[in-house]
Amino acid sequence: MTSKPLFRVLSPASGIDAQADATIQIWFNDQPLSVPGGRSVAAALLAAGVQRFRATPVSGAPRAPYCMMGACFECLVEIDGMPSRQSCLVTVQDGMRIHSQEGARDLPPLSDVKPAENAHGR
Amino acid sequence: MAVDTVDVAVIGAGPAGLAAATQAARAGLSVVLLDEQEAVGGQIYRAIERSDAQRRTILGADYAAGATLASEFARSGARYVPNASVWQVTRERTVHYLKDGKVSSFEARRVVLATGALERPFPIPGWTLPGVMTAGAAQILLKSAGEVPAEPPILVGCGPLLYLLGWQYVRAGVPIRALVDTTRHEDRWRAKRHMLSALRAWPYLSKGLQLMRTLREAGVPMHEAADDLRVESGIDEDGSERARALNFSVRGVSHRIEANVILLHQGVVPNTQFTLSLRASHKWDEAQLCFTPVTDQWGELDVPGIFVAGDGGGIGGAQAAETQGEVTALAIAAQLGVIDTAARNRSAAPLLRRLADVMRIRPFLDSLYRPRDENRVPKDEVIVCRCEEVTAGELRSFVKLGCLGPNQAKSFGRCGMGPCQGRLCGLTVTEVIADARSVPPETVGYYRIRPPIKPLTLGELAGE
Repeated sequence: MTSKPLFRVLSPASGIDAQADATIQIWFNDQPLSVPGGRSVAAALLAAGVQRFRATPVSGAPRAPYCMMGACFECLVEIDGMPSRQSCLVTVQDGMRIHSQEGARDLPPLSDVKPAENAHGR
Repeated sequence: MAVDTVDVAVIGAGPAGLAAATQAARAGLSVVLLDEQEAVGGQIYRAIERSDAQRRTILGADYAAGATLASEFARSGARYVPNASVWQVTRERTVHYLKDGKVSSFEARRVVLATGALERPFPIPGWTLPGVMTAGAAQILLKSAGEVPAEPPILVGCGPLLYLLGWQYVRAGVPIRALVDTTRHEDRWRAKRHMLSALRAWPYLSKGLQLMRTLREAGVPMHEAADDLRVESGIDEDGSERARALNFSVRGVSHRIEANVILLHQGVVPNTQFTLSLRASHKWDEAQLCFTPVTDQWGELDVPGIFVAGDGGGIGGAQAAETQGEVTALAIAAQLGVIDTAARNRSAAPLLRRLADVMRIRPFLDSLYRPRDENRVPKDEVIVCRCEEVTAGELRSFVKLGCLGPNQAKSFGRCGMGPCQGRLCGLTVTEVIADARSVPPETVGYYRIRPPIKPLTLGELAGE
């Protein structure tokens, strides 16, 4: 689930930031994960060793944050049950339950739609 | 539905938006500034109010200068709405936005679009792999989270932001595996004819030279005139594919450098999502290789009452953006009758002179750091549309079948129809099609951008 982190926190923040940046506990794909607080979900996951944020709906290729400013939508994850959240735009909170987004986002179950008719997942 | 009305709505809290909102509020107008981030500053002054002395030292004086702008805005009396995704601005100046899962809207007598820039797409083989991100993204991690690459990264491409990030890493004590520069001797030669004008923007030029000197003195391995860039993939400990190395050649000699973080940059381009969605006139800028909205000297579009300030109207950088924001506020104050035209012109004159001064460096920079054709119009196997995984070759096959432009490319193969709404492929698609058809980019045009500019669910929409 996690690997050697691609990013590290430079040094402990001082002053007003120190408390906000304290380590918090979140869940990523049902595994507990300690991450630094006071940053976006994307920044927290990168520092905690998450390299693969989602898989594309088309080929299932792995993706991770690319722009960090809300433009590329590569950092989409599910946060607290809500799919397709831009993790670079959401501040990480203690206890958040985050899932990598595998393919197209899940739609609410529709009993009258046959899976084959929704092959593209949209 | 109760509808509020304000004098001025400003979209975007970077230097242009902060300056426009501050000046308009000081002129006595009611101002609302909406921004997608959780704090003011835009990308250039990202997290400026939270940054401590250490971080400001690493990031440099130009970054620290944003603190003044932020505190002046805080005292201006303008209303600030953070975490707000504006998803539509209508030609009648109704502003629709999403905040905390709730949609709202209000009317504005004037609108300032200060939505800044996006990094230019950098389509090379492997650019979609985890571990590959933009230099701007890495800088945002540094500014907003104090995060740096755990192992030495490779910086690839060209342009001021790439070297600035390298300089900031050196100051932070972060080792850099290599700076792989795509700038060639011909680029330097071509840029020389703009040298005289650039010399008149000496402070900027001098800072640039200082950046490069710092990188050289720090012993950062530099490779110039790199072409044939390719990110090689490897398999991670958890079995997932990610970036492992950068392959490139310099004058026919192949190189391979390993790194798990590869940072790409080849300049920034205006974020035109709103101006395009408003059907304002745009023109192709051959020097900056992008579409820019057509405005008058005050920043007003050919959609009355809607203005553009900052990089969204053409790349000029932070100082230009701030000045344009002030100029736009003056124009709006005059249109709404709180100052007269003579007062507007008097106050604007020194600002317009300053703007002309800071813009003097641009022809030199645009020429020197003109992204190479092969990195804008890539080979067939390269993914152009990251969301829908459409390659340049597929795009060219659409053209053979009669596809004339970006909008038709959508029906041919979903190109540009993913969640990023063309932000990461639009210019590439325009240029690949123009190249395949042997016509200018202006003839091919751009995607027809429609609201919602940012995604929202039907449930959220129904909540209004």
